[in-house]
Amino acid sequence: MPDFWFFLEVLVGGLLSGTMYALVALGFVLIYKASSVFNFAQGAMVFFAVLSFVGFMELGLPFWAALPVTVGLMILVGMGTERFVLRPLVNQSEDTLLMATIGLAFVIEGVAQLAWGVDVRRLDLGIRDEPINWVMDKTGMLVSQLDVTAAAVAGIMVAALALLFSHTKVGRGLRAVADDHAAALSIGIPLKHIWMLVWATAGVVALVAGMLWGARSGVQFALVWVALKALPVLIIGGFTSVPGVILAGLIVGAVEKIGEVFIGPFFGGGIEGWAPYMLAVLFLLIRPEGLFGEKIIRRV
Amino acid sequence: MLYREAGQFRTSYAQDSQIFPLRQDRVGIIIMLIAAVMLPFVANSYWLSAILIPWLVLSLVALGQNILMGYAGQLSLGSAGFMAVGAFACYNLILRIDGIPFVVAVGLSGVCAALVGIVFGLPSLRIRGLYLAVATLASQFFIVWALDKFGWFKNYDPAGVITAQPIVMFGHNFATPREKYWVVLAIVAVLALLAKNMARGSIGRGWMAVRDMDVAAEVMGFSLLRTKLQAFAISSFYCGVGGALFAFAYLQTVEPSAFGIDLSFRILFMVIIGGLGTIMGSFLGAGFILLMPIFLNIFFHTVFGKSVDATITSALEQVIFGVMIIMFLIFEPLGLARLWQLTKERLRLWPFKH
Repeated sequence: MPDFWFFLEVLVGGLLSGTMYALVALGFVLIYKASSVFNFAQGAMVFFAVLSFVGFMELGLPFWAALPVTVGLMILVGMGTERFVLRPLVNQSEDTLLMATIGLAFVIEGVAQLAWGVDVRRLDLGIRDEPINWVMDKTGMLVSQLDVTAAAVAGIMVAALALLFSHTKVGRGLRAVADDHAAALSIGIPLKHIWMLVWATAGVVALVAGMLWGARSGVQFALVWVALKALPVLIIGGFTSVPGVILAGLIVGAVEKIGEVFIGPFFGGGIEGWAPYMLAVLFLLIRPEGLFGEKIIRRV
Repeated sequence: MLYREAGQFRTSYAQDSQIFPLRQDRVGIIIMLIAAVMLPFVANSYWLSAILIPWLVLSLVALGQNILMGYAGQLSLGSAGFMAVGAFACYNLILRIDGIPFVVAVGLSGVCAALVGIVFGLPSLRIRGLYLAVATLASQFFIVWALDKFGWFKNYDPAGVITAQPIVMFGHNFATPREKYWVVLAIVAVLALLAKNMARGSIGRGWMAVRDMDVAAEVMGFSLLRTKLQAFAISSFYCGVGGALFAFAYLQTVEPSAFGIDLSFRILFMVIIGGLGTIMGSFLGAGFILLMPIFLNIFFHTVFGKSVDATITSALEQVIFGVMIIMFLIFEPLGLARLWQLTKERLRLWPFKH
């Protein structure tokens, strides 16, 4: 039945784009897991990372040289954030830190545009955004090569980071710091090093996410709003769960695409703008900690 | 002359519960109001229509956001959505009810926005902080989408952009910038006074109790349902009235795209920079955010002698706003309003140091 294959195609497309949301959400989870700060500026960091990468290549650096330079730049950005924004606000309320990261997001966006200009740029990763031929021949579905590569990359990063957190000494240190940084300090965990490591890793994740998104839709300011789409992913998966991010990303991507294609026409389209958020609100009312997150216990 | 309370005795309960107990404050407010009313006679129409009217309107919306975030502690990113509800409600009311006075239409559109605010404020009973911010983001995106897609709101107008009707009250058409300014000034002054009174009364104290520790407030007997939904309702009322004025007195068009997420963020910045939990802070923050682009332009003109590309100034604006927010949060979390308060306290002691 042609309808079934079409549905499957939309579903697969949705799942794959969902993994790309998961990649962006991964940066949020990293920072939240290690410092209990929700980094609203992650979207801006994704944009800044890929814009700098493309900018360095335009300045003449080859692909394999621009990559470490951009990674270094993102590490600097992360370290600067930790030193100048988070350390002065170290014991403030969650809401204050959230507002500070909103301010940081605007700073990074502004600096990115001042440094590299506002033109839309193309990013060519060598993987084309074209359908995979043998899938198309066998089933008639159009599944983009780029999407599949992105999903594979996302899967590898999620697996690597999940292993880091659960099985390495550094990972345990990170979780201890997130739980109670005063206690972690008192048993000898080097707080500043840990925070710098976390922000550096988040910067690298932002770069990878930015490269894949940039290859798909061009390096432009709209990338910043992609991070807003990662928020429902975080809520559904749980803020503190690395594997949850992938599952939630799949759910959000699938709901978004299927909603847009099958329910959208009744309303004239545009459902994908708010459907993931409504789903997130539903989850919040039923299970606020998300599918895999830690239960939120408020002590009075 | 000096800013003192010496010699001002309160001999009745009414005197004791005044909003502005110091005579100097009262005189100052009256002078400010007279100056505000007389302003159109000295200001040119560019200043009125491009700076003063949006400042008043956005102060009103910032007031609404301040009620929700500063007094009641509910993080919200959906203020532009409620503004849109107010604007479209006003448009439809004037369209469908013949001869309705503008002020009545604006009031009713505020009520519509309040009802929508209650619906989207329901999640606040279960979630707080960032989660609530995401829920309000959902309301922002959904409201703007719904107002755009369902043609009834735009009266099935084939053109994308609807022109706002003229402001007509008691048979008079308030068409010139001067008259629009007076209408806006009157509405904003009355609503600001109401907000100040609410904030220091039992309603405001209830909000502040919920903000500081909602479990304790509930234990003391505040109904969290009523308090939080009241905060959402009143805040959305202010945002709705502000939105109607924004569309009718400033933009002269009613379109959903004017009320996007970036406007929500701007209002958030106004409230943070101005001072969370103060009435004065809404006005100061709105003024700061509105004047900064103009100031930057003038700065570049005088220092560099030529006009700088608009994209550079807007990027610079973003950087400055972000840096100011971070600096205010680190050094003076209570914002510009607190700086003003500190000045007043110094004035009370002046010329003495302590």
